[in-house]
Amino acid sequence: MNKYLKQLKEGILTNNPVLVQLIGMCPTLATSTSLENGLGMGLAATAVLICSNVMVSLLRKIIPQKIRIASYVVIISGFVTAIEMLMKAYLPDLADSLGLFIPLIVVNCIILARAEAFASKNGPVASAVDGLAMGLGFTFALAILASVREILGNGTIYGIPVFGSSFQPASIMIMPSGAFLALGFIIAAFQKILKKGDN
Amino acid sequence: MTLTEIFALSLGAILIENYIFVKFLGICSFLGVSKKMDTAFGMGMAVIFVMTVASAVTYVVNRFILVPLNIGYMQTVAFILVIASLVQFVEMLLMKMMPALYQALGIFLPLITTNCAILGAALLNITNELNFIGSVIYGLSAGIGFTLAIVLFASVRQRLILSDCPKAFEGFPIALVTAALLAMSFMGFQGLKIW
Repeated sequence: MNKYLKQLKEGILTNNPVLVQLIGMCPTLATSTSLENGLGMGLAATAVLICSNVMVSLLRKIIPQKIRIASYVVIISGFVTAIEMLMKAYLPDLADSLGLFIPLIVVNCIILARAEAFASKNGPVASAVDGLAMGLGFTFALAILASVREILGNGTIYGIPVFGSSFQPASIMIMPSGAFLALGFIIAAFQKILKKGDN
Repeated sequence: MTLTEIFALSLGAILIENYIFVKFLGICSFLGVSKKMDTAFGMGMAVIFVMTVASAVTYVVNRFILVPLNIGYMQTVAFILVIASLVQFVEMLLMKMMPALYQALGIFLPLITTNCAILGAALLNITNELNFIGSVIYGLSAGIGFTLAIVLFASVRQRLILSDCPKAFEGFPIALVTAALLAMSFMGFQGLKIW
């Protein structure tokens, strides 16, 4: 049990895929315009990550070494297609606003990286926990970035206004350049906090 | 397609809807290989090349295999396989035919498979219902837009190493802030919309 808790802590904090490993940037920047979008993207990627990690781990002794990357990509894209169809059926609004970035979960480096670095070497249970941990870490980073951008750029959080009507939203924050800016500051703050924790 | 349409399409893909600064596609390789000018340029060239060929091939795959068989939902799976094998094929071809170019592109070719800009362009061609010529032009222009962005960014980043900045911002965060400023300047192109 302790082992799994450690995995979770690593995925969410000390080895966070976005804030520490600095991978999976495209969906992070693109879908963080509002908290709702950010959470939707994070959870969709988490679902794919858990499924693909378990599947890769189960098949790790069968897949030949030479074509492993291609096999992983096929496994991942199968799950992504399933998630995409489910989202279009049950969450059409969210699917619309995430748009192109749902099929692009296939090329999210986090998922392939976990398949290669973890699931291909570990059992299915540990791989599922790893998928959950990394997925939650990704969702956590997206949620922070999306909250900052939504509060500053739109004056709301999850669609609920937080400031009075006199608040002038800085709409630059929900535009592309605001995403780079906010993420830069968040990563800087995260690095500062983690460094302090070490001492 | 008329010449005006082609012009509008490519101008749109290069400046107005720049893949990096507006659409957020291909950020991983944009941030990963922009530390030096020449590697950035090499990556840009490789992306232009693969993106153009991939746009053409995925158009054909979609039009003549996926649509007639009515398996449009297999799009993502089919496209990623096409792109992965295409990259492999291009790599082997270049190694035999043009070793100089192969040397120059080097490690960037295999990296491109996981570049979301390529798959993004292929999927956008279908969503925007472009015809064959349109798809190829769009792929080419999106690649040029990517190269423009990465070369601009690398030239700033090269100088960034020498400058002083707060300790917490060193490395990656300051690069993101720089990208934010570049993205802001690209917002100016929004006014160019001509259709």
